[in-house]
Amino acid sequence: MSFNHHGVWAIYKFEMARAKRTLWQSLVAPVITTSLYFVVFGAAMGGRLSDVEGVPYGAFLVPGLIMLSLFTQSVSNASFGIYFPKFSGTIYEILSAPISPLEAVIAYVGAAATKSVVLGLVILATGACFVPIQILHPFWMVTFLLFTAITFSLFGFILGIWARNFEELQFVPLLIITPLTFLGGVFYSLDMLSPLWRAVTLFNPVVYLISGFRWSFYGMADVSLWLSVSISLVFLAICSAILWWVFKTGYRLKA
Amino acid sequence: MSLHRDASHGNDSTGRYNARFPALILGMSPIISIQGLTKTYPSGFKALKGVNLDIQRGEIFALLGPNGAGKTTLISIVCGIVTPTAGRVLADGFDIISQWREARSRIGLVPQELTTDAFETVWDTVSFSRGLFGCAPDPAHIEKVLRQLSLWDKRSNQIMMLSGGMKRRVMIAKALSHEPDILFLDEPSAGVDVELRRDMWQMVRELRASGVTIILTTHYIEEAEEMADRIGIINHGELVRADEKNALMQQLGRKQLTLSLQQPLSSVPDELAPWGLHIQADGQELVYSFDAQADRNEISRLLRKMNELDIGFRDLNTRESSLEEIFVDLVHQRAGEQA
Repeated sequence: MSFNHHGVWAIYKFEMARAKRTLWQSLVAPVITTSLYFVVFGAAMGGRLSDVEGVPYGAFLVPGLIMLSLFTQSVSNASFGIYFPKFSGTIYEILSAPISPLEAVIAYVGAAATKSVVLGLVILATGACFVPIQILHPFWMVTFLLFTAITFSLFGFILGIWARNFEELQFVPLLIITPLTFLGGVFYSLDMLSPLWRAVTLFNPVVYLISGFRWSFYGMADVSLWLSVSISLVFLAICSAILWWVFKTGYRLKA
Repeated sequence: MSLHRDASHGNDSTGRYNARFPALILGMSPIISIQGLTKTYPSGFKALKGVNLDIQRGEIFALLGPNGAGKTTLISIVCGIVTPTAGRVLADGFDIISQWREARSRIGLVPQELTTDAFETVWDTVSFSRGLFGCAPDPAHIEKVLRQLSLWDKRSNQIMMLSGGMKRRVMIAKALSHEPDILFLDEPSAGVDVELRRDMWQMVRELRASGVTIILTTHYIEEAEEMADRIGIINHGELVRADEKNALMQQLGRKQLTLSLQQPLSSVPDELAPWGLHIQADGQELVYSFDAQADRNEISRLLRKMNELDIGFRDLNTRESSLEEIFVDLVHQRAGEQA
């Protein structure tokens, strides 16, 4: 048994079944929240907001809102997926099974990323009901979608291992990811900011993902595509390195 | 509850060579070999101090020890949940560190705590365990395990709807889902009613009969006395003794002869001093304690001497010390040596 594909599939199926059981929380709630954004910012206020580089404000919002859901749901799905077995004690079974750390990560992160991608596509479809959408670079759109879902699921997986209680589990998503996302250009273009704030915002890694993703839709970007891709790769490399260390040392998993 | 495994040989459905008959195959290499196993936790607490232990194929081995003795640490290391500080463990000949996949696929673990997913159904959680351990789906096997554990009628129930005893059965079903050769039961009777305990003992015997090696830890000495072929006593991270149950009881057991006297005695006569007697019940009873292996003629000598001294008795009875008393003696004796 060089690769425990039955084990990977078992965890993947288990995690997907969990999403099915909590369909309202996993899919319906984010769709309703996103629809409200469209209603408030698109329909109610959109008429008073000017186009952004020729793109109607409602349509401009779509890639940002998809990214917003992708960030929060990837982190939340993956962190909960590994935190809960730790909390309930069922982690004993994962630790005693003939499944390697890499296989466990593929299963947990794969499931979390799948759920996020499905959600992203559902939000895209929801957005298309409200505003006209065009995707100029479908390849890059899918690449950014998958890449962001996987990277943030990895990040969430690390958080789930790190967290010792539910407060710690919520701490990073609420106090770091949500502010970074809101200040990362979901609702505005960086050109709308003063030079000082624009410079500060460039330290926010989320800016690069949103910018790249929006470019794949409308060909407009706050930073260059390759800078977006590079920063994303760096984030992925950091998450992978941390996870490698976690499994090497058994940090908060094994005594 | 009845449990029968297919005792045929050849390759089983997990693709592993199946040599699980007859019950105890003498002369074969141990199924678990533990050498110099040490565990020191980051706090500095030494949970295991160089444990050496061989567990034979097809036996029921009971690991006894007080709380904090190192039983669960030992099991957790063999199962891959805790990392050893030093030492080597082979499971069915496979090193648990360098050949962890092969080693773990042969082991099933039922932990002490009832840790199950609340929302999963019985069928799903047992099927999940089989997949997790790298086995292809086999609904027939899952059905067999669930029927054997009287869980078949509950297969569609969510686990949170089950009683504590049923949850314990679910955990056993999960551990058996991948047809392990070695089954660890950590305190299987904790919080279980008498009926289920008896059922579980029966199940363990049947599993052993089909060739599964069973290692159990228990606080119920009665359980070890009832079930085990061999017993290991662990205390303060050291294996104090590991022996056949009967040999242990014969070597370390003590017997006691109590004589109910016709006339009470105020003290033990000097002539009876060699037997180390003591009196109890206000001088109504004379008590002689001796090793289970002691010279049987000593009792006749004592009785003859009492006859010479004209000390009559109305009644006599003997009792053998239980495993519990042997266990307490061993643990205390060790504590005394270390003090």
